[in-house]
Amino acid sequence: MTRELWKGNEAIAEAAVRVGLEGYFGYPITPQNEILEWLSQRMPEVGRAFVQAESELGAINMVYGAACTGARVMTSSSSPGISLMQEGISYIAGTELPVVLIDVMRGGPGLGNIAPSQGDYSQICHGGGHGDYHPIVLAPASIQEAVDLVPLAFDLAEKYLNIAVILIDGSIGQMMEPVELPEMRPVVRKDYPWATNGAIGRKRRVLSSIYLEVSIEEEVNLRLLKRWEEIQKNEIRFKEYYLDDAEIAVIGFGTSGRVALSAVRAARSQGIKVGLFRPISVSPFPARQVAELAGRVKSILVVEMNAGQMLKDVQLAVGDRAPLEFYGRLGGVVPFPNEILGEIQRIAKQPPSLDGNPTQRWLARMTTPKK
Amino acid sequence: MATIVQLENLVYSRPAAFTDTPTHYCPGCTHGTAHRLIAEVLDEMKITDRTIGVAPVGCAVFAYNYMDTDFVEAAHGRAPAMATGIKRLLPDRVVFTYQGDGDLASIGMGEIVHAAARGENITVVFINNAIYGMTGGQMAPTTLPGMKTTSSPSGRDVELQGYPIRMAEMLATLDGAGYVVRRSLHDPKNIRLAKKAIRTAFEVQLHGLGFSMVELLSTCSTGWGVTPVESLGWLEQHMIPAFPLGDYKISPSVAAIKL
Repeated sequence: MTRELWKGNEAIAEAAVRVGLEGYFGYPITPQNEILEWLSQRMPEVGRAFVQAESELGAINMVYGAACTGARVMTSSSSPGISLMQEGISYIAGTELPVVLIDVMRGGPGLGNIAPSQGDYSQICHGGGHGDYHPIVLAPASIQEAVDLVPLAFDLAEKYLNIAVILIDGSIGQMMEPVELPEMRPVVRKDYPWATNGAIGRKRRVLSSIYLEVSIEEEVNLRLLKRWEEIQKNEIRFKEYYLDDAEIAVIGFGTSGRVALSAVRAARSQGIKVGLFRPISVSPFPARQVAELAGRVKSILVVEMNAGQMLKDVQLAVGDRAPLEFYGRLGGVVPFPNEILGEIQRIAKQPPSLDGNPTQRWLARMTTPKK
Repeated sequence: MATIVQLENLVYSRPAAFTDTPTHYCPGCTHGTAHRLIAEVLDEMKITDRTIGVAPVGCAVFAYNYMDTDFVEAAHGRAPAMATGIKRLLPDRVVFTYQGDGDLASIGMGEIVHAAARGENITVVFINNAIYGMTGGQMAPTTLPGMKTTSSPSGRDVELQGYPIRMAEMLATLDGAGYVVRRSLHDPKNIRLAKKAIRTAFEVQLHGLGFSMVELLSTCSTGWGVTPVESLGWLEQHMIPAFPLGDYKISPSVAAIKL
């Protein structure tokens, strides 16, 4: 197939249609509206279910119901809307259903703004809903990568009966890039042994997240955790750039990883031995790979469009194997490559120490008036 | 098993759409009656195997244990959204929610209003007993003015706690609603009328005529602090004046259905 120029949100939506999306339920919120709008036309066109819900609560619970039928279903939203969806996300996790969620992150907290941000990392990767559960979270850095992750997200959700999230920020949602979309596939509704689609010729089925008997609820939790262990074992994804001889490793996901790559290339042209590690699965987080990386570089720079939410996962993986620095932009600000280049140059000149706290050092740099 | 009644003399038996599980409801509670009416209608319409129920949060949280259909368990108030998701993916199946007044008229107000406005082809059985039963008898959106509950211990003060909500009247204003009626479960005559309404509501869904809801005035002798027998009289005396029985929306196409 040829490459075409597509807007990120629309490309993701169309990719979902082509890989067999049967039901979409969403609510308008910027900067993800084009997903809802695209599907409002496309889904009826191909005879599939589309509902603009009354709220994100409505949308996530419609997806919850639709997932109970065994169909391939999806919703999308942006940060404040994702906060509202957390109730349903926890229920879906507790009921062990496959659902795909697209989160197009924007600046926060609160109403924040509609600019690109990565402030949902913690609420998506480490729960925001109640109870012990772990969504699979994939963070692409380009529209092509986002499109390629759509069928994977459905496959992983269905394989592990888990929520799979594609985590992008407003810039990937809004920008246009040349992209190759998947071929249109026929819809195949799987015959799951748990789907509540009417007890015709079989025993009835019940889908629920309620287990009043605490010992049974504990068993369910243990089952979820064993499954998560499998996911951690099998589904780690990341990309490495220029790391073979690197003395400094930059770690960033999504757009901040992409901007960091430009900075890494610029630094390389100046002779600085720096490379980039870009986690694609941020949940499960590539902790072992980051730990190994920490053992072979002199220092690590974590770059994010938040106040260091992934940094905590990096810190857990790295321990005291390598000193860490952090660079974050907040509130919807996307860093320029030059800013990250400046951080790389600073670290190359004066490697950070293991002492102290990278977040505090960063905050001090951010809040000290420039001379 | 010894035959107590000869088959030809049998006029009343356990509906086939019931499971063998005894209900957990308090003595005198009308949830059991409402469940039975639904089960009888499923039997009569022969739709048990193509029906999917959506259970609420509240006393009827375990409704899925008692009716022999596929069932899902919704989050508090979200049953109409969940039912929407199921029905849109399985339009040839019958989907109903069973919800109490806290579930439907308080936390789930958004979901029920918009399901009705969209004209979702789902059936809603709404149990209004003017109180939160499961959580221990707190004030509901349908609690009557002056009525004592564990969260309105001096009686519902409308100056501070507002007025009860009449859901059937409210939802009947929406064009997507095909059939919205209120019935009561306090005596045999009204129970028969309630069953007919439930039957009609499911027929509305089968005919694709939009949203259907039967509001059932129900008792909660435990929450109200009266005996089961007293609760029936209390319902008739206090609830019916506040929540008049009647047909609030019968769209012309629904009126044309012949049972």
